[in-house]
Amino acid sequence: MIRTKGQTAYQTMINIVLIGVTLITVLPMVLLFMSSITEENTLVVNGYSFFPEKFSLGAYRYILQNASTIFRAYGITILVTVIGTALSLLLTTLMAFPLSLKDLPGRRALNFYVFFTMLFSGGLVPSYIMWTNTFHIKNTLLAYLLPNLLMGAFNIILARTFFTTNIPNDIYEAAKIDGAGYLTIYAKIALPLSKPILVTIGLFTWLAYWNDWTNGLYYISDSGMLSVQALLNRMIQDIQALSAHSSISSGGAMQIPQVSIRMAIAFVAIFPILLIYPFLQKYFANGIMLGAVKG
Amino acid sequence: MREGRKNAAKLWQYLPLYLMVIPGAVYLFINNYIPMAGIVIAFKKYNVNDGIFGSPWNGTENFRYLFQSKDSFIILRNTLLYNVAFILVNMAVGILLAIFITDVLSSRLKKLYQSAILLPFLISIVVVSYIVFALLSHENGLMNKTILPALGQKPIQWYNDTTWWPLILILTNCWKGVGYGTLIYIAGISGIDPGYYEAAELDGAGKWCQIKNITLPHLVPPIVTMLLMQIGRIFYSDFGLFYQVPQNSGSLFAVTNTVDTYVYRAMTSAGGIGRSAAAGLIQAVVGFTLVLLSNLIVRKVSSANAIF
Repeated sequence: MIRTKGQTAYQTMINIVLIGVTLITVLPMVLLFMSSITEENTLVVNGYSFFPEKFSLGAYRYILQNASTIFRAYGITILVTVIGTALSLLLTTLMAFPLSLKDLPGRRALNFYVFFTMLFSGGLVPSYIMWTNTFHIKNTLLAYLLPNLLMGAFNIILARTFFTTNIPNDIYEAAKIDGAGYLTIYAKIALPLSKPILVTIGLFTWLAYWNDWTNGLYYISDSGMLSVQALLNRMIQDIQALSAHSSISSGGAMQIPQVSIRMAIAFVAIFPILLIYPFLQKYFANGIMLGAVKG
Repeated sequence: MREGRKNAAKLWQYLPLYLMVIPGAVYLFINNYIPMAGIVIAFKKYNVNDGIFGSPWNGTENFRYLFQSKDSFIILRNTLLYNVAFILVNMAVGILLAIFITDVLSSRLKKLYQSAILLPFLISIVVVSYIVFALLSHENGLMNKTILPALGQKPIQWYNDTTWWPLILILTNCWKGVGYGTLIYIAGISGIDPGYYEAAELDGAGKWCQIKNITLPHLVPPIVTMLLMQIGRIFYSDFGLFYQVPQNSGSLFAVTNTVDTYVYRAMTSAGGIGRSAAAGLIQAVVGFTLVLLSNLIVRKVSSANAIF
């Protein structure tokens, strides 16, 4: 391909713009990380900075030493994320598989039952009252697990469409002739053939659980039950909470790297995402593309 | 008789499939359908002992209470205007970036740009609010401590001053969300037959001419689909963006209060549950109507782009 002067200039221009955009997306996270390793006094005097005068790992040491609240929060987040993602995948595929079979009587009605939840919602007040007064999930792990995140129509439709389009009917017929029941077909044929969609749905569910802070805001008041995101949220609401907690555990003598600790917790909250993102980028992108295609 | 037995046998054969549907169906019933029925609470004087369905009716009292305060105007205005701004800004920036990224020749750089732009989409809004705070904190934020002094400007009380918040929220929303649309537009552009561009090149058409006459017309389907989804949600706002990022600062409510932050704050304030439910009901009904309407219009204009 022959490149003209104009094309070269255009290439230079778009690359400059896109490098600028890349910096804008990445630099805020760098700032977050840099402030988490800035020495607390430097942070207070000079402010947040990309080039701190004095570094310190005090914030991370603090997290490791004063483990109780913060470790507990990570424990809760990890537990809820793992259980939630696994349960969600199971429920979603169990429901999507029958809906993908064209000859199932009542399939249309069931599809509508799923789809309608995307059109209309009762809103926060009735569901809040139901979860707290009928199911009593306040201050339990179920509060992180159950409301809204466990299963959604969107993922059911994605899985159903994948089952319908990617698994040839002949395979089912052959399996039936061999005497396999529907459950066997679901577990031994449909699921193993659907790894790409399972990874994509699992990834987005994992992300939704990991990043969720609203369920913590609505249903958790006990500070011993906070997840990482709920803890981060609580610290904004009550910036003093952490220093009060640390003055008990360290006798108040230690200088508390307050701001840098908050930044360190925030950074550790996004660290797993940054860690897996380069490897699973394809699946994140896939999920978004699938979302744009109507179900 | 025989027909009946055959039907029974057929249903018996499908029984495992119905059993598989049950757990999910029960969850949707609890999580989605019971709250839908619970929406009648907007017409009730709720008390905890009688519950949603046992509490006495009070007609449109909650709505009158809601519309008496000037809050109702502010939250509607903010929700609608921010959504319009978000849709326009993210669409324009998203399409532009998608065109640029597709035109990058180096495939490694292309992948790098694409990855970078999606990254903020994956980060929780709480962490985003920490980043914004690192920039805007009055005492030690990057703006007040470093950037503004360098420009010879006075520090700004960001969290008390409403002036900049429309811009801050639009930028934050774009930073966090533009990658999503960009990816979809990139997919749209990569589906265009390169023959069009080659022909245009032969005819001596410039870059802008190609974008206007080839790229944009081919992007109409994804644009319409995205618009449709967004218009259906124009009465909804990103609760995290408007609650977390301004740090729930009361002096900013005039420009940060939306339907969703109002619903939450009213619900958690004493005696506010009625007006909170009223606002929620209006949001749900208007949202539902808009989804149906916009889909109807699209189906008339070009049925291929309709969602259902």
